[in-house]
Amino acid sequence: MTTEKNYRNDAYAKVSGRAAYADDVNFAGALHMVPVYADFVAATNLQIDCADALRSPGCVRVLTAADVPGSCTYGQIEQDYPILVRDTIRSWGDVVALVLADTREQALAAAALVKVTATPQKPLLTIEEAMDPYARVIPSYGNSNIVVHHAMRHGNPDPEFAGCELVLEEDFETQTIEQAYMEPESAISVPRHDGVIEIYGSMQHPFSTRRFTAAFLGEPLSNFEVYTIAVGGGFGGKDDTAACVCARTALAARLLRRPVKMTYTREWSIRESYKRHPYKLHYKVGFSSEGQIMAVQAKILADSGAYLSVSPWVTWRSTAQCCGAYSVENVHADVYAVATNNVFTGAMRGFGSPQVNFAIEQLMDMAAVQLGIHPLGIRRMNMVKQGSRTVTGQLLDNHTVSLEEVMNKVVHEIGYRKKFEQCSRGKSEGDTLYGIGLAISYRGSSLGAEGMDFCTSIINGQYDGSILVESGIHENGQGSESVMLLVLAEELGVNLKRLRYRRGSTSNIPDSGTTVATRGTIMGSSSVLIAARKFKELLAGHLAERLRCKPEDVRFHDDKIWGLSFDYSLTWEEAMKELFLQRVTPYAFGTFQAPDVSWDDTTGQGNAYFTYVYSCQAVELEIDKKTGKIKLLNIVAGHDIGKAINRAMVLGQMHGGIAQGVGMALMEEILRPEGRISTLNFDAYKIPRTTDLPEISGIIVENHDPNSLTGAKGIGEPALELIAPAIANAVFNASGKRFRSMPIKINPEDLE
Amino acid sequence: MNKLQLNGREIEVQDSDLSMTLLRFLRERHFLYGVKNGCEQGLCGSCTIVVDGKAMRSCKFPVQKAVGKSLITIEGMEYPDGRVHPIQQAFMDAGAIQCGFCTPGMVLAAYVLLLENPQPTREQIRKALRGNLCRCTGYQHIIDAVELAAKIMHDQGLPVQAGCLQGQSA
Repeated sequence: MTTEKNYRNDAYAKVSGRAAYADDVNFAGALHMVPVYADFVAATNLQIDCADALRSPGCVRVLTAADVPGSCTYGQIEQDYPILVRDTIRSWGDVVALVLADTREQALAAAALVKVTATPQKPLLTIEEAMDPYARVIPSYGNSNIVVHHAMRHGNPDPEFAGCELVLEEDFETQTIEQAYMEPESAISVPRHDGVIEIYGSMQHPFSTRRFTAAFLGEPLSNFEVYTIAVGGGFGGKDDTAACVCARTALAARLLRRPVKMTYTREWSIRESYKRHPYKLHYKVGFSSEGQIMAVQAKILADSGAYLSVSPWVTWRSTAQCCGAYSVENVHADVYAVATNNVFTGAMRGFGSPQVNFAIEQLMDMAAVQLGIHPLGIRRMNMVKQGSRTVTGQLLDNHTVSLEEVMNKVVHEIGYRKKFEQCSRGKSEGDTLYGIGLAISYRGSSLGAEGMDFCTSIINGQYDGSILVESGIHENGQGSESVMLLVLAEELGVNLKRLRYRRGSTSNIPDSGTTVATRGTIMGSSSVLIAARKFKELLAGHLAERLRCKPEDVRFHDDKIWGLSFDYSLTWEEAMKELFLQRVTPYAFGTFQAPDVSWDDTTGQGNAYFTYVYSCQAVELEIDKKTGKIKLLNIVAGHDIGKAINRAMVLGQMHGGIAQGVGMALMEEILRPEGRISTLNFDAYKIPRTTDLPEISGIIVENHDPNSLTGAKGIGEPALELIAPAIANAVFNASGKRFRSMPIKINPEDLE
Repeated sequence: MNKLQLNGREIEVQDSDLSMTLLRFLRERHFLYGVKNGCEQGLCGSCTIVVDGKAMRSCKFPVQKAVGKSLITIEGMEYPDGRVHPIQQAFMDAGAIQCGFCTPGMVLAAYVLLLENPQPTREQIRKALRGNLCRCTGYQHIIDAVELAAKIMHDQGLPVQAGCLQGQSA
C-alpha cells in the first residue's frame, strides 16, 4: 500500500500553480526593499550619500552598515562575507545599501539615486596575481590570499615515476558556473506580536539563514523563526547569499516594525550570489605497462573569490577524491583555494568533485590510448573494489563496493564495447564524427569529515489516528518531504493518506545541519526510522493488553495495529483513542548520528566518509564537421544508491544532475571581464534546453547500505559529477582531439 | 472600458494598468501567483501564459496588447470543481515535478502544443518546450508527461481545452 513510487506531497500544489514561493507570500502593509550595488570591484573608503534617494517619492528609509546592530559580516567558516559593506568593497557583487519604499518601483527609482563614492583599488582577478607574495591581501582575516591548503601524503610518488612505463603530465581547467535555480532569491520578514521575526524565504537551509540573521541583528537565535516554503531550486546555491537576503529583510522589519519583502531580479541574483569554483589542475600520473596507476602528484588551485564561504570544505572534497574512483598507493596532492576580487565561490551540487573528475577520467582514457589498453580494462584494473584502500587510507569494507557492477551495467546497456570500435577518431565518410565516452566515480556520502553530522525527526500522533512528521532536512524541490513520508508509511505499515509532513520552522525542530552533500535521504530518512521505531515501541507498550499479546509481539501493517492472531487488531483511530484514555502522548523524537569518520589534516589521511555512492555514466555524440557543433545522441547513467525510496524522483535527480553536467561540459560559463559579470541573464548564461539534451536512461543499482537505516544513500550530487569527462572522452573518440578545459567548444578548423 | 477574458471570465482593466506587463498585472492585480517570474526578460519561460491559444511570455507582454483577447493561466487549466487537467495529471504521474517553479509555464506550453498537435512525437515535444527552461529535471520526465497526456486524452477521448473553458460551456 505504500508503493507509490512517484509520490510527492507537493505535486498538486505545484502543478496547479498554488504552491506559494517566497515572492508569492504577501502581508498587508509590507514595504519593498531593493539592494544597492556600487560599480567597484575593489575599493576602500566607501561613502554613501542617501539624501536624494530619501527625497524620492515613496522612499521610506535607506539602510547602510551604520544601521546594523550586530555584525555586518558573517560566514559559515570565517565571518567575512558582508551582508552590508562597511568600508571595503572586495567584489562587484557587494551590497552597500538597502532602499525601502512603499512599492518596488519606488524603491528601484530611489535606489538609482543613492550616490556611492570610494577609492578604487586595482582588483586582483587571477589566481596567479593573487598568489604573488607581494600582492595586496584581500581577505579581512589572515595574512595571505592563499586561504586554504589541503595536503594529501599517501605513500611516496616521487621515486615511482622513474620506473613507470608512461608518465602523463597534464593541465586541466574548469570554469565558473552559476547554479541557475529557476527562482531568484526572495524573502519576506514579518514582526510578530511577541517580538519574534518570522522569515519566509527562498533559501536552502533555514538554520543557516537563522545564524546569518541572528549575527546580523545581534540577537539570539530564538528571536527568529525561519519557515520552510516552496523553494524554486537551490543546487547548493541558496545558502550564504539567500541567507543574507533573508537577514536584510529581518533587519528592515525590526527597524521599521513592518513586514518587508525583497525579491531579486535574475541580474542581481547572478551578480551577487556565489558560484562553482573554477579550478586549475595539474596532474602527474605514472602508469605501469599493464596500466596500473603507480603514482600521482597533483597541484590544484581553486579561485575562492572575495569571500571564503565553504571553500575549505569544497576543496577538502577535491582532496579526498583527488584520484577519482581509483586505488593508488602513492599520492601527493596539494589543493589550494586562493582569494581574488572575483565573485565569491561556494557550494554547488557536486562540491569539488566535478572538477577533479574532469581531469582524472580524461587521464584514464589518455593513458589507455598511449598504453594500448581498453578504457574499460584500465578502469577495472585500478578502480576501488571490495576491501580496497582509498587514497585516504580508508578500508572499504563496511558496505558493498559495487563500482564494477555499476560500470558493467552501463557498458552493457549502452553497448559501449561495440560502439567504442565504431568511433570516428577524426575520420569519417559523412558530415559528422561519432564518438562514445564514459566516466566512473565514487562519492563520499553526506558531510564526511567536513563537519558534525546528525539529524532529527519528530513524529506527532494525533488522537484521531492521523500522524504528523517533520525532520531537520529541508525541502528544496528535490522531494525530501515525500521521501520521509514514504519511509514512515512503510515503517508504520500505514496508508500515506494518514500522514502529513509538518511545515518546518527553525523553532519547531532542533538544528539538524544543512540540506547539502547528498545527505537529505541518508540522514533524514534514518532519523525518521529511529523516531518511528520509538513511536511503535511506545504504542506497543500501551496497546499490548488490548491486543492480548506481549508488547514485542505487536505488529504494524495494513494500516492497522495487530496482536499475535488476526482476531485482535486495532485501527489507528481506535489505537490513538486508547492512548488518549491512558493519558499517553503518541509522540516520538529520533536523532540519527552519522557513523564515525576521521581525518588527519597534515597527511590528508583518514576515514573520509562513512559510505560511498558508485557511479558510471556514458554518452554517445556526434560532431558536425562543418560547424564543430556537438550533438548528444544518448546518455546512460548507473548509480548504486543503496536503495531507491521514490524511483521516479531518483531518476529525476539523475536526469537533472546530468543536464547540469552537460551544461558545464558544453555551454555554461560565467564571464567576468575586469571582475564585472557580463553573463547576467539566460541570454548570455546559457543552460541546457530541451533540444540540447538527448534521451537519458537511468539504471538504479540497489545494494542496501548497512550504514543507512533505510539502506538508501543518495543521488543528488553523484548524478552531476561525471558526465563532463564522459563527454570529453566521447569528443576525443569522435574527433581525436583532447579538450582540457570547459566549456568544450570545437573550432571546425581544428577538425581538419 | 478595456476588457479581456481571463481564465474564462470577463474582466475589466483600468487605464492606469495598461502599461504594466501581463506578468505584473496577473500577479499584482489578480493574485495569479502561478505566473512565475524567473528572468523578466523573456528568456526562461517561467511566466508563460496562453493568449488566444498561443504561448506567450507574460513578462514581455503589455496589458494594452491583451485587451480583447482571451488569457489562460495555470489557474485556469483545472476544471471548476478542482479536478486537474489531464496534462497536469500526467505531470504528476510521470514524476515531472521537482522544484515546481517552471511547472506552470511547462504545462501551458504543453497545452498549446497539444491544442495544435494532439499526437506529437518526442522530438516535436522537445521543440515545442524549447523556450521553457528547467534546471531540475533534465526535461526527461516532462517530455514523458506530455507524451502520456497526449495518449490519455486520445485514448479516453478527452478534450484538450483548458478546464475553465470546458466548465463554462458545460
